Amino acid sequence: MSTSALAATEIQFWHSMESALGDRVNQIAADFNASQSDYKIVPIYKGNYEQGLAAGIAAFRAGNAPAILQVYEVGTATMIGAKKAVKPVWQVMKDAGETFDEKAFVPAIAGYYADSKTNHLISMPFNSSTPVLYYNKDAFKKAGLDPNTPPKTWADVNAAAAKLKASGMSCGFTMGWQGWTQLENYSAWHALPYATKDNGFGGLDAKLEFNGPQQVKHIQFLADMAKNGTFTYVGRKDEVTSKFYSGDCGIAMTTSGALANIGKYAKFSYGVGMMPYDADVKGAPQNAIIGGASLWVLAGKSATEYKGVAKFLNYLASPPVAAKWHQDTGYLPVTKAAYELTEKQGFYAKNPGADTAIKQMLNKDPLPYTRGLRLGNMPQIRTVVDEELEGVWSGKQTPKAALDKAVERGNDLLARFAKQGS
Amino acid sequence: MAQNSRERPRFGTGWLPYALVAPQLIITALFFLWPAGEALWQSTSTQDAFGLSSEFVGLDNFTSLWGDSLYLASFKTTMIFSGLVTVCGLLISLLLAAMADRVTRGKRLYQTLLIWPYAVAPAIAAVLWAFLFNPSIGLVTYGLAKVGIEWNHALNGGQAMFLVVLASIWKQVSYNFLFFYAGLQAIPRSLVEAAAIDGAGPIRRFFGLVLPLISPTTFFLLVVNLVYSFFDTFPVIDAATGGGPGQSTMTLIYKIYSEGFKGLDLGSSAAQSVVLMVIVIVLTVVQFRFIERKVQYA
Repeated sequence: MSTSALAATEIQFWHSMESALGDRVNQIAADFNASQSDYKIVPIYKGNYEQGLAAGIAAFRAGNAPAILQVYEVGTATMIGAKKAVKPVWQVMKDAGETFDEKAFVPAIAGYYADSKTNHLISMPFNSSTPVLYYNKDAFKKAGLDPNTPPKTWADVNAAAAKLKASGMSCGFTMGWQGWTQLENYSAWHALPYATKDNGFGGLDAKLEFNGPQQVKHIQFLADMAKNGTFTYVGRKDEVTSKFYSGDCGIAMTTSGALANIGKYAKFSYGVGMMPYDADVKGAPQNAIIGGASLWVLAGKSATEYKGVAKFLNYLASPPVAAKWHQDTGYLPVTKAAYELTEKQGFYAKNPGADTAIKQMLNKDPLPYTRGLRLGNMPQIRTVVDEELEGVWSGKQTPKAALDKAVERGNDLLARFAKQGS
Repeated sequence: MAQNSRERPRFGTGWLPYALVAPQLIITALFFLWPAGEALWQSTSTQDAFGLSSEFVGLDNFTSLWGDSLYLASFKTTMIFSGLVTVCGLLISLLLAAMADRVTRGKRLYQTLLIWPYAVAPAIAAVLWAFLFNPSIGLVTYGLAKVGIEWNHALNGGQAMFLVVLASIWKQVSYNFLFFYAGLQAIPRSLVEAAAIDGAGPIRRFFGLVLPLISPTTFFLLVVNLVYSFFDTFPVIDAATGGGPGQSTMTLIYKIYSEGFKGLDLGSSAAQSVVLMVIVIVLTVVQFRFIERKVQYA
């Protein structure tokens, strides 16, 4: 860099946090920059997760990568596969001589981003979320439902949605990120595997198996809801968030990270409930698996830059910063200390439902196949699932056919990834 | 083509003409030939997203495309999409240009309003239309619901196709309008008046006189619009439907974009772009060899 010798080392941090979330990221960076004078974190919004990852990779190929890149959880296998492009976080910390307590992280979160052999953290947990159920308390009251009891089971969701419709609401239940919420998390929540080899943690040759009878039954349940009008499909991503805070939909199942925007825009009182489950499934509810993103340190930077990166990442994980991030956004507290601090501050007592996401993570100790997913080409597999499920909601194909096809197409993508990676 | 018997002007020195065309040649080489060559090379390899390892696989990427029924289906989608965008786009623009040519009051206002959409970026155009047709809060959706039509393009493939075609046409109408309008303005008034005196009505005048006279413009626009609908429409599709629902708006160019940039599968994406490149070259050759014969250059 051609800045003067006295200036702080600039560290580029590319992220995908928009709107209210982007403001928080900027604030954290500004606070960190003000806390010392050697390093300057420069946060830059690079579009949504897909675009951010593509931009980071393009920049790396052009020899111009940022030091820190936020990558969504389904990009994890891609990043791990790119060994020469990534500097593992534990290595960054070690080289910089920073003390880094990997045990401080919530196990179910750290597990998603840890090396499956050494258990060292490869990327830095930052914004992790689980799907939760947002419900409109005012609409519940109007429909004659108890505003203080969120629906617990899928049957409850169906019944509540029907009552909301009957009370004049145009959309009873909706959900976003359907692959993540209705198959990945549905499977984990019901103690079912999503793929063989412990969802891919055991090796690159995993095969998808989310077309089991229970998953088919669940998609059939949703298809029936779509048919009788209690479930309205509004899109693949977070379209549901605005549908919920605008008051169109009474119940919305989407990421806990939507809380910041819902809190900012909703003009009614709302509640947060746990993911619904099917009461007849043995072992349910099990535990949720995370979504969201983590921070990756890219290779090829100077030792000084890495030192700054290490200091910044440690700053992020420090209890006050991590706790505030969690409280402001609805993302999970990534360390146990941040969780305890939040509790001690009385935040959960004042904000019922804010601990729903973390409770789902800690509900039960994860099984080998409910730790998360480590599958290559996962962004494309999500798209495949989206496409096939849309065929179900529009009545063009049966749930069984859709899931079988999604598994078959997804397995082709997995095989392709295994070939590219070797 | 008209024969030119006059002697052409000549440059005195040998290097000047080369120097004059050099910038264009350099740009073509840098921004077309090089990337095209790169695509050809990449289409024969598989590599990881970061480009750290790559392996030569010959024509594997192409053969796996022909085995993919969804890829083959996207040809049909592309044909429907491009056909609708090109034909409807040209017809609407011609109609608007003909009407703007006839008005005497407020001519400037109509021109400005019709040219305006061209200044809008494709992605913004798509968001704008997607917003109007938003399943729950869209203004048009509200109106349609009043007359009993339920609109949800996140679910209904036909509606999604309608939406991306509409946004793409709207975006391109201005460009077409400008050329048609200029073409119509260039027709000598005396010819039209003579036809009118001979008793030809407006419709007869249009088809018998005006249309043949603007055929060079129409041909040019046909080529440009076809290329536009093949190559430049992915921001529209990305912002409005993302290729969905299912794969009902997955055109060839959007598939390349989504598999290359989102899926990070560069080998397959490169193979697909080579196929698309060949298609467009063939289409352009066909147009120039067969359709251009019908064009009368004055």
